[in-house]
Amino acid sequence: MAELKELIGKLCPTAQFDDSGEFLLVTVEDAHWHQLACSLKTELHFDQLMALVGMDWGTTLGVVYYLTNTVTGDIIHVKVETDDRENPRIHSVSDIWAVANYQEREAYDFFGIIFINHPDMRRFFLRNDWVGHPLRKDYDASPEKNPIRLDDETNEDYTCSYREDENGKVTKVDGKVFEDDEYVINVGPQHPSTHGVMRYRVSLDGEMVKKVDVVSGYIHRGIEKMCESLTYPQTLLYTERMDYMAAHINRHCLCLCIEKALGIEVPRRAELIRLMMDELMRLSSHLLSYGCLTMDQGATTAFFYGFRDRELIYDIFDRTCGARMSMSYATIGGVVADIHPDFIKDVRHACDVIEKNMKEYHQLFTGNVIARNRMVGVGVLSKEQAIDYAITGPSGRASGCHCDVRKTHPYSLYNEFDFDEVVRTEGDSMARYMVRMDEMVQSIKILRQACDKLEQEGIEGEYIAKVPKMIKLPAGHWYQQVEASRGTFGVYIESDGDPKPFQKPTRMHFQSPCFNLIGVVDLTCRDNMIADLITITASIDFVIPDIDR
Amino acid sequence: MKHEDFKDNGYIEDLVAQLNGAGVNVIVGKADQLMNWSRANSLWPFCFGTSCCAIEFMCLGAARYDMARFGAEVARNSPRQADYIMCQGTITYRMAPVLKRLYEQMAEPKYVIACGACTVSGGPFKNSYCVVKGIDEIIPVDVYLPGCPPRPEAMFYALMQLQRKIKVTKFFGGANRKEKLTYAPENKAE
Repeated sequence: MAELKELIGKLCPTAQFDDSGEFLLVTVEDAHWHQLACSLKTELHFDQLMALVGMDWGTTLGVVYYLTNTVTGDIIHVKVETDDRENPRIHSVSDIWAVANYQEREAYDFFGIIFINHPDMRRFFLRNDWVGHPLRKDYDASPEKNPIRLDDETNEDYTCSYREDENGKVTKVDGKVFEDDEYVINVGPQHPSTHGVMRYRVSLDGEMVKKVDVVSGYIHRGIEKMCESLTYPQTLLYTERMDYMAAHINRHCLCLCIEKALGIEVPRRAELIRLMMDELMRLSSHLLSYGCLTMDQGATTAFFYGFRDRELIYDIFDRTCGARMSMSYATIGGVVADIHPDFIKDVRHACDVIEKNMKEYHQLFTGNVIARNRMVGVGVLSKEQAIDYAITGPSGRASGCHCDVRKTHPYSLYNEFDFDEVVRTEGDSMARYMVRMDEMVQSIKILRQACDKLEQEGIEGEYIAKVPKMIKLPAGHWYQQVEASRGTFGVYIESDGDPKPFQKPTRMHFQSPCFNLIGVVDLTCRDNMIADLITITASIDFVIPDIDR
Repeated sequence: MKHEDFKDNGYIEDLVAQLNGAGVNVIVGKADQLMNWSRANSLWPFCFGTSCCAIEFMCLGAARYDMARFGAEVARNSPRQADYIMCQGTITYRMAPVLKRLYEQMAEPKYVIACGACTVSGGPFKNSYCVVKGIDEIIPVDVYLPGCPPRPEAMFYALMQLQRKIKVTKFFGGANRKEKLTYAPENKAE
């Protein structure tokens, strides 16, 4: 950490450092930020922007950037502030890390921070006639300002960007999303193959896709704002309703983050149970992904096969947690209830059945000539692009990135388990599909080891640590990431250390993997057939509520 | 499920009593029965899933729960071919005009099941700045189905409630066939 501090100090003499937290914090003025960002990427190899958190500190607005070095695994975070609340402006880094494009649009939507030199400064989640920026502390939430509007929204054909010239003068430049002679068709928001309520506006040349404009926010529910008015245990429930196919994993992540802030040590047995639930969830998620991908290509039988096996996992959840979905099982300090007596038996049975059926899946679909023609070599994403767009999870690993958080930054008990990180190099739809199938095998491997461990270490025992009744975090901020079923899921918590009971977070940000995945739809679909838009997006496999939050 | 098993259906019972209060013509009554029997047992759902409930709805269509037993497995992607919307998942301000338009595109007779806590009342997102607090603010609802998400068994219960509701309608008499397009939120059902 000291070494990094020195190196960054040389790059930007005005930067201030704080190494009291888990990661090095660099505070830099906006005037030097863009130049520092360039050198951080080129000289210190911080090539991935993991998270971009918009912030309102009351008097100042700003952004916290979490950067990672994909080779060494180092993480730093950079804070950029502006005290102009009327016209907050920060330089854009979307030319350095491509993932910042949508992330900055989100920050603009929530806080009204304008990013200088950003190519496309439009709202991302809210209607284009929305009044105000909801995550600002001075936001006027009265329903008269933003009633339910039942008139159709106008298409956003125009965009704008704020360009800075050599003298530092910023001017607003208007731009167009599509040119006048382009043929634009609309896909969604109500379309079965968008896997939810996502909308694409696709510019076509014959049957070839020229450009995809993503219109998101049809299921934006304002989770981050609501978290600011709830106590920490209450915020847990929202994590399960973002990526509902990674409910246990997301909840586990928030629990880990709060436990880290409080310094709670979780009983080993509870951590083992949480880990098993995570892997079961991953299996269930990948089976759903298999089912949907196959159904999108017309293989309806395969969909039924996937769902048949998911029911086994649902039964396990049902018995132990009392619900099939939205289980609310992990909690701060452990899990809410002990496992069902038949838990281990059921898990072993599910592992055996799924392992046996995997062969059937491959026979049915993987070698099928239609599947191969539609997926091999289609929607290729290179390794450099995947890093630039911060694509993680199975989609990132299909492009050759070693981005499995379970291996790179082990959390929970993952470093005790013997499993392989599945990495392929093709980067096409087929590779993304195959990574998921192979990861299921690895999950089964982890689950079997976990069953053995649980049997050796005692079927009965402690499942929750002693946790104070009032959860009060000290002043500070924390970031925790886990490997969710679709990629790296991160939670950012900032607390002001309020001593009153029922403390509420100042800011809670969820860095969802699917938000980054949506960034490459344009890139991967371009110059492919319109029909391949469906297979490519199905193989990227995003969950829309996870994007919109 | 037998008729006696529905113990909590006071308002449907009242509706039947009110409908049959003045007596029914034998021919019209029989024609109505035939019509309702066929309609109630061939309900085509409209795929409208915005979030978590949609996954449970997919389980409903898959092998274990098998919606086909109710004649309701023909999930349509076009509102023009569907009989009812099972609205699965939160409706946000941005989605609200889309939902209303889709509902208006459906052909009569059409029904709505509000599936899940979000569609009934806003659910866990009630305090959000951009979530509709119950879809009955936008479109009329026939069956409210709470749960977060409801289990597939509960979804069947809602489906059967809808079937019962259809079976007591008088299509030929026209007694209770209100024009739903003139729906206004202030006179929504209790």
